[in-house]
Amino acid sequence: MRPLAITHHTLVTALGHGRQATFEALRDGRTGLARRGFETADIGSWLGVVDGVDGLDDIDWREDLAAFDCRNNRLAELALRSDGFADAVRAASARWGAARVGVFLGTSTSGILQTEVAYRHRDAATGALPESLHYGETHNTASVARYVRAALGVTGPACVVSTACSSSAKVYAAAERLIRLGLIDAAVVGGVDSLCMTTLYGFKALELSSGEICRPWDATRAGLSIGEAAAFALLEREGGAAPARAMGWLLGAGESSDGHHMSSPHPEGAGAALAMRAALAQAGLRPDDVDYLNLHGTGTPGNDAAEDRAVCAVFSRSLPCSSTKGYTGHTLGAAGGVEASIALLALQHGLAPPSLNLQQQDPALHASLLREPLHKRLKVVASNSFGFGGSNASLVFGAAS
Amino acid sequence: MVADMGLLTNTLSADILGIGLLGPGMADWVGSAALLRDPALWQPTATLVPPPRRLPATERRRAGAVVKASMVVADQAVAAAGLDAAALATVFSSSTGEPANCHALCEALAGPERMVSPTRFTNSVHNAPGGYWHIAVQGMAPSTSLAAFDGSFGAGLLEAMAQVATSQAPVLLVVADVPYPAPLAAKRPTADTFAVALLLAPGQQLRLALSEETAPTPCGHAGLDALRVGIPAARALPLLQAIARGDPAALTVEGLPGMSLNVHLLTPLP
Repeated sequence: MRPLAITHHTLVTALGHGRQATFEALRDGRTGLARRGFETADIGSWLGVVDGVDGLDDIDWREDLAAFDCRNNRLAELALRSDGFADAVRAASARWGAARVGVFLGTSTSGILQTEVAYRHRDAATGALPESLHYGETHNTASVARYVRAALGVTGPACVVSTACSSSAKVYAAAERLIRLGLIDAAVVGGVDSLCMTTLYGFKALELSSGEICRPWDATRAGLSIGEAAAFALLEREGGAAPARAMGWLLGAGESSDGHHMSSPHPEGAGAALAMRAALAQAGLRPDDVDYLNLHGTGTPGNDAAEDRAVCAVFSRSLPCSSTKGYTGHTLGAAGGVEASIALLALQHGLAPPSLNLQQQDPALHASLLREPLHKRLKVVASNSFGFGGSNASLVFGAAS
Repeated sequence: MVADMGLLTNTLSADILGIGLLGPGMADWVGSAALLRDPALWQPTATLVPPPRRLPATERRRAGAVVKASMVVADQAVAAAGLDAAALATVFSSSTGEPANCHALCEALAGPERMVSPTRFTNSVHNAPGGYWHIAVQGMAPSTSLAAFDGSFGAGLLEAMAQVATSQAPVLLVVADVPYPAPLAAKRPTADTFAVALLLAPGQQLRLALSEETAPTPCGHAGLDALRVGIPAARALPLLQAIARGDPAALTVEGLPGMSLNVHLLTPLP
């Protein structure tokens, strides 16, 4: 495919708001995870909580968008306000026309926290949910795409992609197709997922979350640490009047299915390898052209083992790899978008961040995990995202110059 | 660059190789085409979701209604086209997802013990229909799962036709919605279960372009039109009626505020 310009990007995670705060934490090897509770849940785990969500109590929610107010859309709003992202989209909308700008966002649980809390306040006699619950605007899966589209005033095609933890990687592929085909000229892509009872207690029930901080690729890894995040990127066709400068390039996107199991990856990572090879093929690159791979790397025993086999089947074992879940936690439907942003920061700064909390690499895993920051010029960075239902996506990004 | 721009037509096209349908008084596409042509024949009985034959018994028990409805229509479309299901890329779209499962989770989380069933949590992902389908057919092709509220059929059609254009291969589109149980039902009334599958392939029968928002084409029958506006997936009905009639047609399909999809049915289907 023809490389597609990424003209702006931003993210809010447990590391802070915006690219600079994220880069500094990655550079300094500082985690955003903390052992803490969230809302009424304290299950003794480490969480990646975004600061400043409550601060939006004081903002004026546009009257026509007030019903969309929920933690998930607040995370989206925080990211729209970071690094001037909303202004960049408005400039693109002025360049191309509002109808030529699409919105494609990933989420897994959307604003389900609103409904979870509402279920604690059902009418004792009728069982009815409180009037204050705006289900369609907050919890329905499409909520964040509708909110962001309305907040930005763009009217191109839009949807949420919800394929669990690959969601916000797959939106890059969907947007690229529509731009390539000429249906739109620009797209807001990314993902938003917020902490909620469903994922905290659900991953605990599946015994996939750890009581310790997540340790991807470690011999003692015992599961994931859950985080929340919003990450956005602006993709734009080349040309047009006063074109924006690229911050990086989308070179390829690969998608596949495991067709194996709803909550466990294919043990040999066959689907994951297929997605990585498809991304490289679309980029017209060989495995050796990749300088750094951001792993999905959740820190569960099974996921890391399957991904390791897939990575070692596709790439040289010496390829520098790391999981950044030790910094942000696993941000689920936002993870692909967060790690796309991290890939772009790695390309911009020539920094491949080390994998945190790696004490002793599992001797059964053979990928080369970075324990120290790798400072070198990076030209091509790949990023993996895999989800429940056997949904796999791999993205390949190129440096701006 | 210039040469590339010359190829951009703003229009997508595809052939329809197979159709699946499940809805109130509609057990399958083959049996429903006649009543879509002549809605006076339609008996609006509640949707009956048969057990999907693709799923092994354990999965059949675990799977929710949206999974079952999706698989039933997917099977109809694949069988009509006579294609190998394992090789097909898929696009699943749904506004409701699986609300009974969501209700059970929220009820459990509102209780003092907060005991969540691992199976319910696994099945809560919006891509459960896609996941179960690819497991059942052992398919490793790409699959996506979308949601666009009342525009979920249009969003699925756009994504599937875009994939046909870029891959030049068949793509299976499945759009399904199921009613919410109380108390969620009061927040998002959904008339009944409705599911549609279109097996799309490179060709010229169907054309799609985006446009400014215009009023969607209605069904031309009060009962069917109540379904169209009462279930997001049933926004497909006017297109299905046009296909059943076999005449060229120009339709507007609901998108999101500010945009619509213009769909042209150019040549009759076999």
